[in-house]
Amino acid sequence: MRRCLLAVAFSAILLAGSLSMAQNPGKRSEKVRTSSPYAELAKAPEKAQARPNPLQDDLEAVSAGRVLFEDHCAECHGFSGERGKHGPNLRVPEVQNATPGTLFWVLSGGVVRKGMPVWSRLPEAQRWQLVRYLKSLGVNDALTPAEGRPKDATGYPGIGTTNRAVE
Amino acid sequence: MSWSVRHVVVVAILIVWFASLPRAARAQENPYIVTYDQFLEEPRNLEIEYFSTYGTQRGGNNYHSYWVEFEYGATAWWTTEFYLDAQSTMHDSTVATGVRWENRFRPLKREHFINPVLYVEYEHVNGADKILKELEGHDVESDFLTPNGEARKETKNEAELKLILGSNFKGWNVSENFTFVKNLTNEPWEFGYALGASRPLGLKASAKRCSFCPQNLVAGAEMYGGLGDRYHLGLQGTSQYLAPVLAWNIPSGWTLRVSPTFGLNSNSHQFMLRLGIAREISDFGGMIKRAFRGHS
Repeated sequence: MRRCLLAVAFSAILLAGSLSMAQNPGKRSEKVRTSSPYAELAKAPEKAQARPNPLQDDLEAVSAGRVLFEDHCAECHGFSGERGKHGPNLRVPEVQNATPGTLFWVLSGGVVRKGMPVWSRLPEAQRWQLVRYLKSLGVNDALTPAEGRPKDATGYPGIGTTNRAVE
Repeated sequence: MSWSVRHVVVVAILIVWFASLPRAARAQENPYIVTYDQFLEEPRNLEIEYFSTYGTQRGGNNYHSYWVEFEYGATAWWTTEFYLDAQSTMHDSTVATGVRWENRFRPLKREHFINPVLYVEYEHVNGADKILKELEGHDVESDFLTPNGEARKETKNEAELKLILGSNFKGWNVSENFTFVKNLTNEPWEFGYALGASRPLGLKASAKRCSFCPQNLVAGAEMYGGLGDRYHLGLQGTSQYLAPVLAWNIPSGWTLRVSPTFGLNSNSHQFMLRLGIAREISDFGGMIKRAFRGHS
């Protein structure tokens, strides 16, 4: 009985901890808040950066990528890719100037410690379709450089500010 | 109310409840029912799953066991799940068989050729448990012959550890699970395994959203069984199963799974039909947060 109570208590503590971590991004360490969400792009190995998109000339890749983006990415990055509740803006030069191989590398491996899951659960062809769509979004000229953008509640520069600026 | 009518009512209520859940997220699930792959639930998403196993029983009554899973993505590297289990044995009774709480942790920051996930579970179940969510030790078909009224008197508190390894290669997912179970009373460690391989029928996505596109169907097979215990390691006296698996990921956020399962030796149930239905709710964590804080 005592073991059972201990196990239940331990379970309750872990469950409370998981909910707390998930619901209080603002209380995370200052280090996470201030580090650039785009830093992962620079970590891509040269070989990965140099990979061309095999679906670059596929006429349907952009529209298929759009469907995938709406299904899997828009929840965090916003339907336009530039305004999301949890993920960084994707229509900034840091992302749009990155090579397709770099985006594929980040997409496949995720940025797990910063909340982006690995997307290798999608077949490789679908990840390339997503990359094709991402690159088709282009830079939103209304944006100021990433470093200069104020941080919003998510801790990421630019999120939630773009559309207000446009409006 | 008869046994079958009761089940139809329960399943109907679950389906109506699932359908009324808000903000479904498009799932991209592998078809396994027993094997775990290396992928965790997306952060803040909640997946609610209902699974059924219809099992044949030699020398006794066939049964229908079922469980509901609440799977929550606490972070991108941590998924936590809560289970409620029950079973109905024909010509016997329907009993709740226990609760489980599991956690899966992804220790590595990035994707590699082989991706480990660590799994820790606490189970509080009784002896009437028949869900066969995992097999370990010397679990055999004849264990299920005990009538529910007697079997439910036995209570088990178990800790279960798993090493989950998963790889993706040319559209295939290959996953291996190694299970270590310890009854928290003075019983030896028991071991088990599960292996799975699956692949979507189509690797490219369609330009238009569709329900029956080949990329929404994932087919494969899984094999699982016990590996004995600390004192008697090996396949002798264990049960072993082989099961084709098929998942249908519907754009509306539902995932359906089906798996006819075949026993591979005389200790195994000859046949089981396993079905699963799941729905993923996006940003459940955010909904809870807003509910407690109010809309700003």
